[in-house]
Amino acid sequence: MDILGKHGKLERNSLVLTVGILIAVAIGGIVEIAPLFYMENTIEKVQGMRPYTPLELKGKNIYVREGCYTCHSQMVRPLRDEVERYGHYSLAAESMYDHPHQWGSKRTGPDLARVGGKYSDEWHLDHLKSPQSVVPDSIMPPYAFLAEKKLKFDDIGAHLKALRATGVPYTDDMIANAKADLVAQASPNADFDAEDALVARYTEAAGREGTVRISDFDHNPREITEMDALIAYLQMTGTLVDFSTYEADDLSNRR
Amino acid sequence: MTEHKKDIDEVSGVETTGHSWDGIKELNNPLPRWWLYVFYASIVWAIGYMIFMPAIPSLPGMGVNNTPGLRGHSDRAQVAQEVAELRSGRSEAASQLVTASLSEIENDLTLQQFALAMGESAFGDNCATCHGAGGRGAKGYPMLADDIWLWDGTLEGIETTLRHGIRHTDDPDTRRNSMPAYGRDGMLTPKEIDDLVQYVLNLSGREADQAAIDRAAPIFATQCVTCHGADGKGNRQLGAPNLTDHEWLFGGEPRDIQQTIYSARNAHMPAWQGRLDDPTIKALAVYVHSLGGGEK
Repeated sequence: MDILGKHGKLERNSLVLTVGILIAVAIGGIVEIAPLFYMENTIEKVQGMRPYTPLELKGKNIYVREGCYTCHSQMVRPLRDEVERYGHYSLAAESMYDHPHQWGSKRTGPDLARVGGKYSDEWHLDHLKSPQSVVPDSIMPPYAFLAEKKLKFDDIGAHLKALRATGVPYTDDMIANAKADLVAQASPNADFDAEDALVARYTEAAGREGTVRISDFDHNPREITEMDALIAYLQMTGTLVDFSTYEADDLSNRR
Repeated sequence: MTEHKKDIDEVSGVETTGHSWDGIKELNNPLPRWWLYVFYASIVWAIGYMIFMPAIPSLPGMGVNNTPGLRGHSDRAQVAQEVAELRSGRSEAASQLVTASLSEIENDLTLQQFALAMGESAFGDNCATCHGAGGRGAKGYPMLADDIWLWDGTLEGIETTLRHGIRHTDDPDTRRNSMPAYGRDGMLTPKEIDDLVQYVLNLSGREADQAAIDRAAPIFATQCVTCHGADGKGNRQLGAPNLTDHEWLFGGEPRDIQQTIYSARNAHMPAWQGRLDDPTIKALAVYVHSLGGGEK
């Protein structure tokens, strides 16, 4: 108890106090940070996860810009009710290419982590233009202007490059062809070579077939709008990981 | 560092910190006992937590795992177990349901109620978003509570639609038939489409321009009868709607019909096989079948 009685000395000497604070914070920091240096991996090993295609990435940016995350989380928690309603709980691997991630607990609207493929493109279009036209009790505001706004994507190559600097494995090939890939994904039956190249690039990254969907998402073949990008992104969310090969029972995948 | 001498406050009898600001001194009360004990208890709790729950990751010899703790707790393992328990609790009725025929379900009250309860809750989660609560439908999303069916209104037919979807590109067994975009793809001129609109209005018993009907008759006979039939009553094998009734999925006004012929609608319903399990799909089929227009 003698040490405890000496705190007066510590508090009366600013230099000693500063050093003491530094040591105390450093212990906390080491406990939190040090394991990350010697741990092999904090992310589950999964099949099918790939970087987002340029169009999906643009859609994700619009999702963030419009603040969709303020009402919709993208994180199915490992609770029975959530797994029953939304599907398999979210894995860390599924948001490893997200900058920023879209986790959260605020759900004014439903969780969107597994919304990809659940509804048709037409539904997303109708719903984003006027949510109440399909869900009468919805309190979501309309986003009809997205269908009018032409998508700006001149800088998409640079955008991919910036993400690569943060660790998203975009290849030189993906960066060089970003613009062509973006156009190809939103323009079915326009340029089959470009479509094949897009699918080949991102299928290779995913390591499995069927993760890239090409469609005229906003049903407006005349131009590529922000609506195209947002629906492309929404229709992809939660569909990349192949859960038939995911070993949930593996000890390293336990949390 | 200077030693300070003890300075006792006269009124409270408590030691002061020794500082004086314009004659005002600060009492040096000890921490409240209850606070101190809660603090000590939380330290004990933290140590206990590290012993009982997963804590330190990747210690030498543990690979990528945490120290498992005495309880070996895992949120993910727990939810897997809970879901498995739920499934096994349902398994008897569920396996009975998957293979049951319509008459078996209708004659077994318990099974029917099981299917309807399960179907109703799954419908709310997955289907009501497009088809509306209770299957009331909306423009472009068929009403399921009436007796008009585009493809098939039998229990088996509804189940097939649920499993494989409609025009779902990734499913080879999907219901796949599509109407050409007569205007957009330049198969008919705008004038011919306007005439066809009059023809279709006439089919559903509304007033229309007779001259236009006469002009459109040969077009209808060559372009439309294959799917919609000579009398315009449609063909469920091909998902072609009946044009002679007063129900219009995409609107029955001349403008809507013109739009339909010009660019075609070809609505898409996702396939649910893979997303939902077999008992849930069957339960949904039973529920939709019961909404009003289920066929034998």
